[in-house]
Amino acid sequence: MMFVPGNNPGMMADAHIYGPDSIMLDLEDSVTMAEKDAARLLVHNALKSIDFGGTEMVVRINPLSTPYGRKDVEAVVKAGVDVIRMPKTETADEVRELEAEIIKVETELGCVGRTLIMAAIESALGVVNAYEIATASKRMMGIALGAEDYSANLKTQRTPEGSELLLARETIVVAARAAGISCFDTVYSNLDDMETFRKEVELIKNLGFDGKSIINPRQIEVVNSVFAPTQKAIDKALRIIAAIKEAQAKGSGVIAVNGKMVDRPVVIRAERTIALAIASGILSKEEAL
Amino acid sequence: MEIKNAVAGTLESGDIMVQIAPGDGLQVELQSSVAAQFGRQIKALITETLTGLGIDNAYVKATDKGALDCTIRARVTAAAVRATGKDVWKD
Amino acid sequence: MRHTKVVTLEEAIRRSGLKDGMTISFHHHFRGGDKVVNLVVAKLAEMGFKNLHLAASSLSDVHAPLIEHIKNGVITKISTSGLRGELANEISHGLMKEPVVFRSHGGRGSAIASGELHIDVAFLGASSCDELGNASGCPRSENAKSICGSLGYALPDAKYADHVVILTDDLVPYPNVPKSISSCDVDSVVVVDSVGDSSKISSGAIRDSKNPRDILLAKQAAKVIINSGYFKEGFSIQTGTGGASLAAVKYIRESMLEQGIHASFALGGITAHMVKLHEEGLIGKLVDVQSFDKVAAESIAKDQTHQEVSAVEYASADHIGSAVHALDIVILSALEVDVDFNVNVLVGSDGIIRGAVGGHPDTAEDSALSIIVCPLLRGRIPCVVPKVTTLITPGAGVDVVVTEYGIAVNPGRPEIAERLAAAGLKIVDIHDLAAKARSIIGEPDALPFGDKVVGIVMDRHGKVLDEIHNIVD
Repeated sequence: MMFVPGNNPGMMADAHIYGPDSIMLDLEDSVTMAEKDAARLLVHNALKSIDFGGTEMVVRINPLSTPYGRKDVEAVVKAGVDVIRMPKTETADEVRELEAEIIKVETELGCVGRTLIMAAIESALGVVNAYEIATASKRMMGIALGAEDYSANLKTQRTPEGSELLLARETIVVAARAAGISCFDTVYSNLDDMETFRKEVELIKNLGFDGKSIINPRQIEVVNSVFAPTQKAIDKALRIIAAIKEAQAKGSGVIAVNGKMVDRPVVIRAERTIALAIASGILSKEEAL
Repeated sequence: MEIKNAVAGTLESGDIMVQIAPGDGLQVELQSSVAAQFGRQIKALITETLTGLGIDNAYVKATDKGALDCTIRARVTAAAVRATGKDVWKD
Repeated sequence: MRHTKVVTLEEAIRRSGLKDGMTISFHHHFRGGDKVVNLVVAKLAEMGFKNLHLAASSLSDVHAPLIEHIKNGVITKISTSGLRGELANEISHGLMKEPVVFRSHGGRGSAIASGELHIDVAFLGASSCDELGNASGCPRSENAKSICGSLGYALPDAKYADHVVILTDDLVPYPNVPKSISSCDVDSVVVVDSVGDSSKISSGAIRDSKNPRDILLAKQAAKVIINSGYFKEGFSIQTGTGGASLAAVKYIRESMLEQGIHASFALGGITAHMVKLHEEGLIGKLVDVQSFDKVAAESIAKDQTHQEVSAVEYASADHIGSAVHALDIVILSALEVDVDFNVNVLVGSDGIIRGAVGGHPDTAEDSALSIIVCPLLRGRIPCVVPKVTTLITPGAGVDVVVTEYGIAVNPGRPEIAERLAAAGLKIVDIHDLAAKARSIIGEPDALPFGDKVVGIVMDRHGKVLDEIHNIVD
């Protein structure tokens, strides 16, 4: 998920060519108060007009408690955004409040249910409430960690190894998995230190995250290479999927690959491997069929 | 509609800076890095956007750095909202 | 008796026998820092010359003072590879009565050698020279101020001009060896305060582009090369100096190291990137017509396997022995590419001249694989278009176009398209790229060209390829 400042038209028009899985246009922290109105209009018009090549489009709105939040919701829902990212989420009620706002606009447009929600968890209270937040609405597609605000809230600071974030990261992964939605890790802002960035991506992949937030196209390659499954794993996954299809065609309930029984977790892992191979650009959608 | 002086947009590449001032009829002055090929269309788009917002009297000075149509529409609208104090959103 | 050719500029001009209507020539190795053209033409104007033909290997922003000399009738004709800045702008608007004649570097070399472009007096700047006229682009004393390395574009002038004047800001004791220009070809030597502004002649060390689009294009270009079928032991390569082109060298280097592949030579404008690969043993020899930066200029001064070549030896179509005939791979840039793979590197999409033909058509035509790297769009300016504004390099010589929206392969090279597709690269139809550009920026209005011909583009074989018309505001 690539963050793009919402008041920078040049960067917005270009973002999708680098092949991020999703683009997050930001109306919150990267936009000054004086420019909130202009950025909102820019994002609205960009979403309506620019062909982002099928990339999932996310907009981070301002909190509903600010004078900007509701207008942001109206502007981006009207422009057909895929996902609204709510910043600084602390309770399930806040998610439901956002949902109500979305429904208001969607009802007017006649497209109720179109817009999904991602909640960014950026405080101790948010981490404590992670599961309630993750299950607050059927529209919840994912939860994400916002580490800068979170570490400030904890009264600590970011470290290269990220020990201060460990509990939050694990809690968010567990909550997302329990709720059956996705989870995304926070950004890493030092573009000149790709080694530490790579280590962080390896860490969060091992913790179970589905993806990493990035601030520059140069970070995409590192994320993709860390998340990319090995060719051996892809081949194995393709064999498993093929065996399932064959078994389904025969009406057989028992699936075996290379003489070994394939049970449910193996199938799920195989499907995930294929999805990652496609997302990392190793496998085309046609090859996966 | 009463118009105050207002400005929106930046001079960065891919953006357009739109200044609006009170005027008699719609007058658009455009400086553009792509004037030869798109100047006529950009002026028409600025006029169309303002008319769509009910603004028929204004002097507009636009400095374009290769902005796409959606950006021009957004910047003109932002300048118009600031000039009139009348937002396009409900709240 | 001890001889010297050192005289004042005025005396050198007087001795040259220059008359109104004759052709004078210059090289562009001092690039944006050049002081020679302005200095000499100002002196010619002061001495009352009129109606001169200025034949430079290229001209740039720094030559805006020529506008006044054109208005005053001192210069009435120009031949060059490129024009930029205010001079280009004025000429595009119809400043001159006679059209500017544009030639490629190889085309200029051929035209001078064949006599088609006859030079009466060549005024050639040199970084060092002795009093008998042995001249070099390399530093030979502590006083060296304006260092440019190779003098490749000046060599045809030195060899074929009727009269040769060397201008230098570092007169060194005889013999100034190794020399680029021989005393035997030189008639006068003029010592001046400065032949060039060194800060504008070349940049210092390697600067890697951090522009994400350049990096994306560079990676794609490198993948094209590696999977093209031409990336094998002993291959040869030439790259331009654009951010993407330079960055591509970095990724090619990684693959050379991984696969244990070495290049036999790198050609053309030599950069610090190429010197680095050469010093690492990855590139055997550097064949240098123009040293693009300080590192390249320092390398050519000390390294026997880093050789200077003349524009003729580099890129002449007439000489089967010229280096481009032995070139496997070239990476080039473009202002515009059209759906027939024709390329324009000279005239901007606003109809104003803002570039140079350079070695583009020479290398594209004679290399085994030519790759154009350009973004689909520069802001709202499309780079892939239905038809180029001005034809510089005919599409027959252009094999692959790399953009951020996909790679297009010339239908005349199906085997390359197959190899790239097999490697998993996204191959698209160039018509689709042009259509994609249109869908993003809209349909541009036709440019307001007038009836006056302000430029003639010669192809590298000496035939007229295209005409440039004046632009009307």
